[in-house]
This record gives sequence, structure tokens and C-alpha cells, in this order.
Amino acid sequence: MDKKLAVQIDDLTVAYNYKPVLWDIDLEIPEGVLMAIVGPNGAGKSTLIKAVLGILKPIAGSVSIYGKPYDKQRSLVAYVPQKGSVDWDFPTTALDVILMGTYGSLGWIKRPGLKEKKTALEALEKVGMLPFKDRQISQLSGGQQQRIFLARALVQDASIYFMDEPFQGVDATTEIAIINILKELRKAGKTVIVVHHDLQTVPEYFDWVTFLNVKKIATGPVKDIFNDDNLTKTYGINYKVSIQE
Amino acid sequence: MNSAQIEIQLIASLVAIACAIPGTFLVLRKMAMISDAISHSILPGIVVGFFITQDLNSPLLILLAALTGVITVVLVERIQKTGLVKEDTAIGLVFPALFSIGVIMIAKNANDVHLDVDAVLLGELAFAPFDRLFIAGTDVGPKSLWIIGSILLVTIGLLFAFFKELKISTFDAGLAASLGFSPALIHYGLMSVASITTVGAFDAVGAILVVALMIAPAASAYLLTTDLKKMLVLSIIFGVISAISGYWMAHWLDASIAGSITTMLGLLFFNIYLFAPSKGLIAVMYREKQQRTEVSLLTFLLHLKNHSEENERHVNHLQEHINWQKVRAKTVLDLALKNNMIDINKKIVSLTIKGDEFTSQAIDYIITNEDTQIEDMKDDFFLFRG
Repeated sequence: MDKKLAVQIDDLTVAYNYKPVLWDIDLEIPEGVLMAIVGPNGAGKSTLIKAVLGILKPIAGSVSIYGKPYDKQRSLVAYVPQKGSVDWDFPTTALDVILMGTYGSLGWIKRPGLKEKKTALEALEKVGMLPFKDRQISQLSGGQQQRIFLARALVQDASIYFMDEPFQGVDATTEIAIINILKELRKAGKTVIVVHHDLQTVPEYFDWVTFLNVKKIATGPVKDIFNDDNLTKTYGINYKVSIQE
Repeated sequence: MNSAQIEIQLIASLVAIACAIPGTFLVLRKMAMISDAISHSILPGIVVGFFITQDLNSPLLILLAALTGVITVVLVERIQKTGLVKEDTAIGLVFPALFSIGVIMIAKNANDVHLDVDAVLLGELAFAPFDRLFIAGTDVGPKSLWIIGSILLVTIGLLFAFFKELKISTFDAGLAASLGFSPALIHYGLMSVASITTVGAFDAVGAILVVALMIAPAASAYLLTTDLKKMLVLSIIFGVISAISGYWMAHWLDASIAGSITTMLGLLFFNIYLFAPSKGLIAVMYREKQQRTEVSLLTFLLHLKNHSEENERHVNHLQEHINWQKVRAKTVLDLALKNNMIDINKKIVSLTIKGDEFTSQAIDYIITNEDTQIEDMKDDFFLFRG
């Protein structure tokens, strides 16, 4: 193998109340890929990301980021949670949410200063949200909120980006804007891992794909493994219905 | 004002500030009812602490009672985690159980103990100035003042140190966890502060008012601002205003201080709920009325754009064509005229260039739902403000 592994997952099992939602996952993600994680609802896609990032504790298995455990490599990883996981009525502004991306490098107690603010403003500019920097976050549209989340990950300036459904509830323009930024990240040598729902756009957006349904079904280059066989294994006989959704 | 009156108001104000700070985060975390649970279930902690220390103001008693508060939170979470009942049910199961243990303990041993259920529920603010702290024989002020003052200093210190951590773990626990700011640690830290504050304030204002002082100022502030720092400052100001005005209301009515402060908190929230500039009831009703008018305006403009024939655009026939009442038709016509969107020539209405552009833009927006095109329109019209 000529490429370094960005993420290596061994025998990972995660359970909620003793019911396994992820079962014995082995997964190797090479550096520099733009990877989609696909699978039906309840397949454990978000859970996989959360377990990698230490948000959920697995009952078995291990995860390493560039060969070391996640807690030693936090600064290399950025995370975009599902948009619905936060309260958008929270009293804060777009700029302030983006500044949260700098909290990790600041560590405990230290507050963001001018340098962090400058980085945050650049990220806002990059996602085309600069005019909205002082707007309260509930006053933003769904697509704008998603851009804010993306900008927040960009300021983390990581090597690996985990994104949980970044295209959920966004308009077509925003979707294109987001995918362009993701492709730019890949061009810059970053590894981007995206929980994705729209199977039709997989070949167009991604170069790597992982099929997941509680167990890992397949992983590899889109051109080699994105086929009816794996889709059927992942989604059951009804996968075509899923495509039309 | 005599010195006892000043001391009571000072204690009440410090309690209000000490409660408003954790209260703001409880409200934002949708955990308001947890403060109710804590305030009741620390009672057995206070009783046990009193048996051990024989001093209601001992720091050990405060810590023991606060520990009961944290145990309450843990118990609620444990019961909730079984998935058999929801959080509100779990809260409703835990705190009455702990509270009643405290009530029984007081009833069994109260004869020689300076503790009774009335005082626990409503506090004894009026008596606070009589229990004084002496250092080397010198009277340095009421004990309650020193206790709540110390708790407040620690709370403010923690708030300044961990403001960023509190904010991120409240807004986005997932991101906080991935960045290494343990949400559980921050959660239990906040719960400990809330518990200690509750115990410290308990003696002065009682279990029921503690809840009011934590929740009402924060809920009022939430309606007025979209900035967390301002929300904290407003909560503090509202708490202090209610504490002082409540004290004077009690003074004039010769009624319970705790009851009067709580009443002032209720009135304050009610007024803000009615009159808050953007989230208040009146503002919302006004905005909805404006939106209805603007939707009508748009419908009307669209009708003009779609119809070139004159009979469709005659002032007198507009009513029947768009099926509107007279008043509404006139409001809309006036609004369109005022904004230079229509011309009326020999009773025939037609769109001006501006009106035409506006209509196309608005329709574009409705069809594509793309926000960028209407940013400048947003200032003039409610319709596009989401």
C-alpha cells in the first residue's frame, strides 16, 4: 500500500442498551479520499462517526487516527454534527458559532481573541456567509445554517473532516457550494468522510464509499464497488425505492 | 431604611444574582424542572447535615446538601436511561421521595431543631439579619449574607473561567465532546453549582422561591435578547429588580417577602411576554397581521401582472375579482400606492416598473427559495423574514 491510513477502525462494536447498532466494524480509510458512508436509516452511520470521535463509548474495538488514539489526535479532526442535533434558537450569532471551531485549539479556559476572530471571518467569507455574521442563528435558512456548520469545521483546520449529513435540508445552490468546498479540501490533501443519503449523487460527488448496515458491507473506490450488488446487500431488495426518495 | 432592611435587600439581591447565573444555563438546556427537583430533594441533605454539624450555616452542611442535589440529578438520569419512563416522569418520581424523607426526618426530630417545613418552603428572609457572624468578637454582618456572598463569588469565578465551555456544551454537546470538553464534566459542574446555590439560598428564600429566581429571570431575558452574555446580564438585572421591589411590596402589604418577590418575578415575566419587541405576544400578533397584509399585496400585484385586460384591473371590480372584503381591498390598495408599486389611471390599476420588478423578484423567491435575491427586500417587508 502506498498511501497512509487516515483512519483505522478495528472490531468496533457499539450498543445502545445492549442492542448492538454497529457490529464488529473493520474499516480502513486512506488519506486524501472524499468518502461517503451510505446505508438505510438506523444503519449506524452517525453512530460510527460518533464512536470514532469519542462521543459514544464503544463496547469493543479500537479506533486510530494516523496510528494513534483519537484523544491524542483531536487537533487533526474536525466534526460537523447533524444540523438537527442543536437548538437553533440558542442566543448566539453566526460568527460566534464559527468561533466555536477554534475552541479545541484554545483548550480549557482561554478565550478566542483577534486571531481566532480573523480565522472565523475568513471561513464565513469562504462559505459566502460574511454578510450574515451578526445574524442570530434562528434567522438563517436551513442552507445557511448548514454553511455555518461547515465554516465552523473549516476553522478547525484539520486533516480529517467528519460530516453528518451536511446536505440535509439544503437548497440546490448550497449543495453545490458545499460539495465544491469538500472537493477543494480533498485537493488540499485532506480526508473527508460524509454520511450521505442521496445515492444518486454518490458517483458524482465522492471517490470512495462505505456501505454500512449495522455491519460493514463493503468499502472501496466508488468506481469499483458502487454497484447493484452492494446496494442490494445494504438496502435489501428495496434499494431502488430508496433511490427514488 | 434601617440597617436590617438594607441587609435583607442585599441578601435577596445576592441570592437573585447567584440564582440567575446557573438559571440561565438551565433554561437554555431545557432543564428548568431539574432546579425544582434539586431545591426539594436537598432537604434530607440539610437535615442530615444539621444532625452532624448542629449549625444551619456550616459549610459542611451546605456541601452535604448540595451532594443530595447532585444525587437527585444522577437518580433522575438513571431512571430516565432505563427507557421505561421519560425525563419529566423521572423527576416527578425522584424529588418527592427525597423531599418526603426530609419532611419525616424533621417531624421526628423537629422538637429541638430550628427547622420547620414552612421555613423550608418559603424561607425566613425577615429573620436573616438576626443570625449574625462574629469574627474575633466583632459583628461582621448576617451569616446568610456571607454564605450567599461566598457562593456568588465562586459562581462568578467559574462563569468567567468556563464561559466558553458552558456555551459550547450547552449549544452543541457533540462538538464539545469531539473537541475534548467533556459535556458530562460540565453538566455535573453546572449541577453542583446549581445545588450549592440552592442550598445557600434555601435558608433565606425557601425551596419554592429558589426555583422562581433561577427560572423566571432567565426566561424573561430569553425573550429579549439573542446574545448569551446579554441574556446573563438581563437575568441578573431582572432578579435584582424583583428581589428589591418584592421586598418593598411585602413591606407595604405586610406580607411574606418570599411570596412578594415571587409575585414580582411573575409580573415581570408576564409583562415581558406581552411587550417584548420581537418575541412578545403583541409583537408576534402585529407581525402576523402585517404578513397577512403583505401576502394580500403580493396576491394583488400578481393578479395585475397576470391580467392585461382592463375589466380585471378596475378599482371597483377588484373586490369581486380577488374575492376580498372592502376594508382589506382598500388597505392593500393604499399599501401598494404608498410603495409606488401601482398607478391608478381613470380607475384602472396598473403596475409601475418598481411594482413589476418587485413582483417578479418575490415570485422568484417563492419558487426557488433562494435567499440571496431578497436580502434587501427583507428590511421593508415582514413576509420574507422566515
